[in-house]
Amino acid sequence: MTEQKPAEEAKANPEDRRIGVYICHCGGNISDYVDVEAVRDALVDEPGVVVSTTELFACSDGTQHDMIDAIKAKGLDGLVVASCSPKLHQVTFRNVANRAGMNPYAYTQANVREQASWAHQHDRAGATEKVIGLVRSAVAKTRLSDELHPLRFDTVQRSLVVGGGITGLRAAIGLADIGLEAVVVEKAPEVGGWMGRFGASFPSEASGKDQIASLMAQIKDRRDITVYTSAELTSKAGTFGNYTVGITLHRDGGDKELSLDVGSIVVATGFDSYNPDDGEYGYGMDGVVTLPEFKELIDTAPAVGKLSYQGRPVRSVAYIYCVGSRQGAGGNEYCSKFCCTSAIHSSLLVNKIDPSIRQFHLYRDIRAYGKFELEYGASRGAGSTYLKFADDAPPTVEKLPKGGLGVTVTDLLTASREVILPVDLVVLVTGMVPRQNKSLIDLLKLPVGTDGFFNEIHPKLRPVETVVDGVMIAGCCQAPRTAAESVQAGLAAVAQSAALLKKGYAELEPLVAKIDPDKCVGSGECLSVCPYESITMIEWDGRQIASVDPSTCKGCGGCVPLCGVDAIDLLGYTDAQMRSAIEELISAEAPTKAEAVKEPVS
Amino acid sequence: MSGSPQPGSAPRILVFSTINISDPGIDLAGSRHLEYPATVQTMPVPCSSGLKPSWLIHALEKGFDGVFVASDGEECSYLPDCAERTSHIIAKTQELMAAKGIPAQRLKMAAVCSVCAEPFAKYMIEFSEALKRLDADASVAS
Ligand SMILES: Cc1cc2nc3c(=O)[nH]c(=O)nc-3n(C[C@H](O)[C@H](O)[C@H](O)COP(=O)(O)OP(=O)(O)OC[C@H]3O[C@@H](n4cnc5c(N)ncnc54)[C@H](O)[C@@H]3O)c2cc1C
Repeated sequence: MTEQKPAEEAKANPEDRRIGVYICHCGGNISDYVDVEAVRDALVDEPGVVVSTTELFACSDGTQHDMIDAIKAKGLDGLVVASCSPKLHQVTFRNVANRAGMNPYAYTQANVREQASWAHQHDRAGATEKVIGLVRSAVAKTRLSDELHPLRFDTVQRSLVVGGGITGLRAAIGLADIGLEAVVVEKAPEVGGWMGRFGASFPSEASGKDQIASLMAQIKDRRDITVYTSAELTSKAGTFGNYTVGITLHRDGGDKELSLDVGSIVVATGFDSYNPDDGEYGYGMDGVVTLPEFKELIDTAPAVGKLSYQGRPVRSVAYIYCVGSRQGAGGNEYCSKFCCTSAIHSSLLVNKIDPSIRQFHLYRDIRAYGKFELEYGASRGAGSTYLKFADDAPPTVEKLPKGGLGVTVTDLLTASREVILPVDLVVLVTGMVPRQNKSLIDLLKLPVGTDGFFNEIHPKLRPVETVVDGVMIAGCCQAPRTAAESVQAGLAAVAQSAALLKKGYAELEPLVAKIDPDKCVGSGECLSVCPYESITMIEWDGRQIASVDPSTCKGCGGCVPLCGVDAIDLLGYTDAQMRSAIEELISAEAPTKAEAVKEPVS
Repeated sequence: MSGSPQPGSAPRILVFSTINISDPGIDLAGSRHLEYPATVQTMPVPCSSGLKPSWLIHALEKGFDGVFVASDGEECSYLPDCAERTSHIIAKTQELMAAKGIPAQRLKMAAVCSVCAEPFAKYMIEFSEALKRLDADASVAS
């Protein structure tokens, strides 16, 4: 690993910087609501600004080339683009800086479209003043920017998959297909997870067991995938792209330890099925079963013939939906997503075994979304009866004096009449709960949400990444979902692993915390506030001071306000930059009511 | 410290947003053309737990009439105790504000999620109105 170049001190005189400012029209998305020429003129005399200009589309290829030419010709050492959200083009313009030989961290993007022109379409004067402030503030940040370099290191072309359920196994094959060696660590003696236990599963009737067997057949043929069962991840050191992990293999003769270098880690540790409390909807009574127990019953029944429970024929079934899901405040508030479809699908399977079995579905709402709606229709067509109960009036289950079970429900669909259904079997349509995995969570520092499932960085835009670089989450460990959705996440984690590792090297953002050794008094207070353990004490000039490891620091800045002597700065957001940026934001004149003429824009 | 804006002008508000969570929410407010006063300025930081009370005070002293911290709340992907840490920063800032005679109402915090477009626009309109009332009360009192 190459050492990070120390950040240079900010230039002696920030006002001598040579900054180029580009204000984008974005077609008319910005210039229809903001006087971009006025913004340009306001910036011309700003200290350190050498170029101030407007562009029709700053992101167009032609403009990017012009920027590169200007940076080279005028010797620019800072760049500000006032355009859309940095989420869209920060990388684009950092690359422009890079291609022109400028430090990419001397680039600052002012978000003047989403956060100005689009939000103030009826206040041109106000929006223009606001944009002047935003651009001056961005110039202030660039003026005080340090020369920063990403930390670059070689990446190991191997990924670790934790969990050998359908998500983990399919991800392992995907990793190998893309040219990364895959190692699967499965805690149980058998791979397959929940799907490996099931026969016919939705959609269609493909058997879960067969699907797992077919994945394993593919894996056995490949030398680039290794699967360890009865195994656990027990240690992790290093940083993304280059982790060293310890694996413990639980073997008859005692535990064996393995050490392995891996570039990324895909966590696919799945879920647990909700376990009802004793007495919850009659659970514990003879004849009340959970959804997984019922699936096992179906799987062991003959293809056509009789469905039986404990040696007794089953002639009627009542399904009670939403058990363990949508419980309201304090409980499992989420919908488990797969269970409506699984219960409906199970009723179709029961129908095939013996069409004369009467089936009652007691539900709050049916969430057989997308194509699963067809299964719902098919089940009603095949004779299943659906009864809807109110959220605050769940059904009750009791033993009937003559034997069998009685389910009492107030059916909202038949004038809220109370109905007592005598049935042989009650199926509690149990949802998913997060699996207990404390040692793994502690080891990998996995972010756990309030619902107990693991949290991705962003549900839409970064759906399998965690804040721990190189550690991805996939499948039902993230949230309740179907097998297909789990596998999709697994393959997203494959693509993300490839994006991180396939270049052969990786770079870490240098926007990390930095301790001023002259100011640090070595109190050690900051050590305990970093959950990533990035801060340690070091010997410096004959005394103990704190020091940040840039390869593990996440750049949150959480330690910055907690230092009693102001010795910590977050690079890119230093104290000097923040103060100056705040001053520049306010320096534009506030438009008075008289000036801020509302101009209707068609 | 400004405290008393120019007569007739809208209160100037500085919002500290967070790059991964609240800033996308504020972007979404713009994308959906939800209007709020143009005197609201935004400054993104990685995480609201990294804000220094001295920056918030600096903003108020340099002329902002109000500071709004759009925090990550429970959604923060960096720090599990982010909400608690941010509340602590707010409390500390309020202590400093009290010592300087700046009314506590000039500082507000609320969690703004990545799709909280409407709540954000609403917070801004309400905060702006509250600051106007504060200034009106102050000018009556003086
Ligand atoms: C009753 C029921 C019926 C269902 N029917 C269907 C259906 O018909 N169709 C459908 O699409 N979906 C169905 N589902 C949902 C489906 O089971 C899940 O979507 C799928 O199993 C998710 O796969 P996974 O690999 O993410 O998790 P899992 O199946 O839970 O696999 C996770 C694996 O990780 C292992 N593991 C856990 N912790 C560790 C650790 N620390 N170290 C190593 N290994 C670990 C576990 O042992 C397990 O093997 C059903 C679910 C249930 C409960």
